[in-house]
Amino acid sequence: MYTLELKVNGRAYKVEVKATTTLLQVLREKLGITGPKVGCETGDCGACSVLVNGKLVKACITNALTVHGKEVLTVEGLGRPGAFHPLQLAFHEHYAAQCGFCTPGMLMAAKALLDENPKPTRDEVKEALSGNLCRCTGYVKIVDAIMAAAGEKA
Amino acid sequence: MKKRGVGLAVGLYPTGMSGGGDSSQAVVKVKPDGSVDLILTSVDIGQGCKTVLAQIAAEELGVPYDRVDVVNDDTDTGPLCFGTFASRVTFVAGNATKEAAREAKQILFSIAADKLEASPEDLEAANGKIYVKGAPERSVDIGAIAGEATFGLRKVIVGRGHYMRTPSAPDPATGKTDPFATLAWAAVQAEVEVDTDTGEVTVLRLDCAYDVGRAVNPLLVEGQIEGGAGMGVGAALMEQLYPYKSPVKFPAETFGDYVIPTAMDVPDIRTVIYECPSTNGPFGAKGIGEMTANAPAPAIVAAIHDAIGVWIDELPVTPEKVLRALQAKG
Repeated sequence: MYTLELKVNGRAYKVEVKATTTLLQVLREKLGITGPKVGCETGDCGACSVLVNGKLVKACITNALTVHGKEVLTVEGLGRPGAFHPLQLAFHEHYAAQCGFCTPGMLMAAKALLDENPKPTRDEVKEALSGNLCRCTGYVKIVDAIMAAAGEKA
Repeated sequence: MKKRGVGLAVGLYPTGMSGGGDSSQAVVKVKPDGSVDLILTSVDIGQGCKTVLAQIAAEELGVPYDRVDVVNDDTDTGPLCFGTFASRVTFVAGNATKEAAREAKQILFSIAADKLEASPEDLEAANGKIYVKGAPERSVDIGAIAGEATFGLRKVIVGRGHYMRTPSAPDPATGKTDPFATLAWAAVQAEVEVDTDTGEVTVLRLDCAYDVGRAVNPLLVEGQIEGGAGMGVGAALMEQLYPYKSPVKFPAETFGDYVIPTAMDVPDIRTVIYECPSTNGPFGAKGIGEMTANAPAPAIVAAIHDAIGVWIDELPVTPEKVLRALQAKG
């Protein structure tokens, strides 16, 4: 066992992990942070997407020890009831979530995009979402919501 | 060389099951303050039936939408529902909800009639009030009536609804039958670009027009159409579909084996909602679930034919099939 120290959504944690433990297992099973979802566990669907030091990663294929000393942001740290992030408000407004399983990952992918490129084109939004699968929406309203949130930021 | 083409597909689709037993029940309970519990076991899988059914109850009862709570979380103790499938919930559970709301409203009307010195048949409900038809100044608040009914008259204001269509079998003599509760209609136009060197097909645009009867919630209808269009692009170009009857083993186990469309594969989608109300759905609604995934693939195949002059008659249209078809054409 190894001791992993990390910050999640601004709070410091110290947990014991195996060499093979993934970041997703740490978040969900050790810390009870269940916004990142267990989807494919092969890095294809993006339902587990989180930010590590501001960079978008798939928590299911990220070895936990590689985030030692780093900061993780999950959807729980993006906003809260009463203080939602503009992206969350835009997703709500535009009906960008149907079953909702992909939504936490979509929001994190969108945040990573807008942090880097605050005024993306529609095609740039689609490219930024290309590692996150959605079966319900056809992506149309998700892209609409991100474009609207980008407009609001300006 | 890149070649472009346009294709059209049309379709029709029934709502619910025609073999009989396709049943949904609803209970509407008006609470002492005039707020409403709509009790169901119809399950919301993200299509938004909690929203649509609350709208139907609110419209029928004449209360604001935000006064209706949908309680659908216990399929064991709640009223019966056969489930969320067959594009049936808005239509079947919606009819049950409307009937339940109407019965609850009649209880309120019978009490309000005395207060308003009018016959219950002459009353209407809207905006949280019950009023005399043609004389809206003669009105009472639904909350006040519900409170008096509950604590003054010791009534329980509950309405029940149960929609189950009679099964239809063909008449042996004439063959005549009435199999469908209602039919929704689709027309989808696809524009594609085919790379004749690689066989790759890109869908550039999908225009999706659907007759959904009355669109109870147009935003949710758009969500269904766009989601179905995305699935249709997958069925057309990427996904090897297998029958799901036993004992076929689904050979693909990961998204590496079974590729579905990403945001980059689904083109811009233009949605047209055409409202030709049904005669038997709640406020004229029809079903708009499954059918949205059906028309895109034939439209895309027709567009490929328009672009390169070959018909591909087996889905998905992979680059290999396109190149072989072009080779065979010579």
